[in-house]
Amino acid sequence: MMQLDNLYQEVILDHYKNPQNKKLVLEYDAQVHHINPSCGDEITLNVSLDGQSIRNISWDGVGCSISQASVSILTDLLIGKTMEQAQEISDSFMHLMQSKGTEKGDENVLEDAVALAGVSQYPARIKCALLGWMAFKDASVQALAKK
Amino acid sequence: MSLNPYEIAKDFPILSRTIRDGKKLVYLDSGATSQKPNVVIEAESNFYRMHNAAAHRGAHQLAEEATDALENARAIVAEFLNAEVDEVVFTKSATESLNLISYAMGNAEPGNRFHLKAGDSIVVSEMEHHANLIPWQQLAARTGATLKWFEVTAEGRLDLSSIDSMIDATTKVVALTHQSNVLGTINPLTEIVKRAHNVGAVVVLDACQSVPHMKVDVKSLGIDFLAFSGHKTVGPTGVGIFWGRAELLKDLPPFLTGGSMIENVTMTSATWAGAPRKFEAGVPNMAQAVGLGAAFTYLNKVGMENIHAHEVSLTALLLNEIQDIPEVKIVGPLDMNLRGGTVSFTVGEIHPHDLGQYLDSQGIAVRTGHHCAWPLTRKLGVPATTRASLYLYNTPEEIHALVSGIRDAQKYFG
Repeated sequence: MMQLDNLYQEVILDHYKNPQNKKLVLEYDAQVHHINPSCGDEITLNVSLDGQSIRNISWDGVGCSISQASVSILTDLLIGKTMEQAQEISDSFMHLMQSKGTEKGDENVLEDAVALAGVSQYPARIKCALLGWMAFKDASVQALAKK
Repeated sequence: MSLNPYEIAKDFPILSRTIRDGKKLVYLDSGATSQKPNVVIEAESNFYRMHNAAAHRGAHQLAEEATDALENARAIVAEFLNAEVDEVVFTKSATESLNLISYAMGNAEPGNRFHLKAGDSIVVSEMEHHANLIPWQQLAARTGATLKWFEVTAEGRLDLSSIDSMIDATTKVVALTHQSNVLGTINPLTEIVKRAHNVGAVVVLDACQSVPHMKVDVKSLGIDFLAFSGHKTVGPTGVGIFWGRAELLKDLPPFLTGGSMIENVTMTSATWAGAPRKFEAGVPNMAQAVGLGAAFTYLNKVGMENIHAHEVSLTALLLNEIQDIPEVKIVGPLDMNLRGGTVSFTVGEIHPHDLGQYLDSQGIAVRTGHHCAWPLTRKLGVPATTRASLYLYNTPEEIHALVSGIRDAQKYFG
């Protein structure tokens, strides 16, 4: 297997070709727009909450397969979770991204997101994988503040 | 005499290393930074090994040798550009050179020819690297001057149809890239320089992508100021050049102040040394300047005409082969008329980051993204491109490797 296949797992390419929740829903509690200034990738992300639960996350953007798949996976993973659970999952994902390829990720917590483990071996691509997660973090803080 | 890139490549030790599981390195990112020949690496380290002392200071032999080495490098650069020795200023980078002139103009008092105020204008182009856009954009904001710009046509050429209204009596500066770092376009300067001088404006040339690749003669170009970086021209990082015509440097106020740029100092005032010292506050990057001198000596030996001819022939080969690949779209001129060895392109729906990553897995180093020219890539409607930039050590085999790498990437992501 090529080393590159660690990066471009099937799951990632699937999400890239069929991104989930990639259509901005008009009703939201917070909307953010994040840019990766080193490559020009952009994302707009909407979050709506139901008390402490995440009712919906929708997004639109342009970017590489890693950034697009990562946010797609994020929406699958976090919609319906409580903010507390989302925090735990986000922390786990951050930890995985910083692991320099030494960890596989906990599939019970991260589900499809473990497919992104290979990204941690490519320092230049970690920020691609984190673009959507940073946008979600920002949007959820704003949405909570509004409530 | 033509150039043998296989022989040239032997002078660059990094080109014989392997990467990513033993793949041969195919380095197609010289537009970002060039690789260094042994003579440059040796010259830089030999300065530290044998001659290191603070140039233009100290009464000892090492200080004399360091001064000689620095000034010898300046003379080499001056000769390379067909400039006067005292017109050549060492900076740390092209970015610093462009900030030097824009901040220096911002320091000019009313009455000084470089003073800017509301009602004046600065002209740039849409194809500028951020380093030749933001300093002028911010100078305009600080002084109240207006920033104007030449647009870029769909073919990636400057639209000069509006030149007479663009450069008018209000224009004080025209700051332009010589060769686009994204499109490869070489800008025609004669008409622009003539028009600028007719209205009393100065022309600042960003020569980062031209000086390494072709003969640049500041006198025959007729320009007023020029900036480039050492590291793109087989020289070390940490050294750049700012050149200006002597009579203009006399009137240009300093940017950085401090040691060795002065004539006389009291507790409350100071007067300035003449150029180039006026613009070289602090101990200069001597070892890097010496390395840059060695770089130009090396390039002279190969011959700038040979280098340019080699790059033109490789670029023509690349343009020809890459356009046979389905879904490849070149962003920039398709013909070799006024065009250098920088080729940006998109490949269908494959994001440049993904393409770059695939090529890297094959040992091929390219640049991806907006190449620090975000307004340009936005204008052309491509959020990012992949860029191959060629230099004297690249070979036809490497062009073939890139082309088959792109085809393989299409299969991989298809």
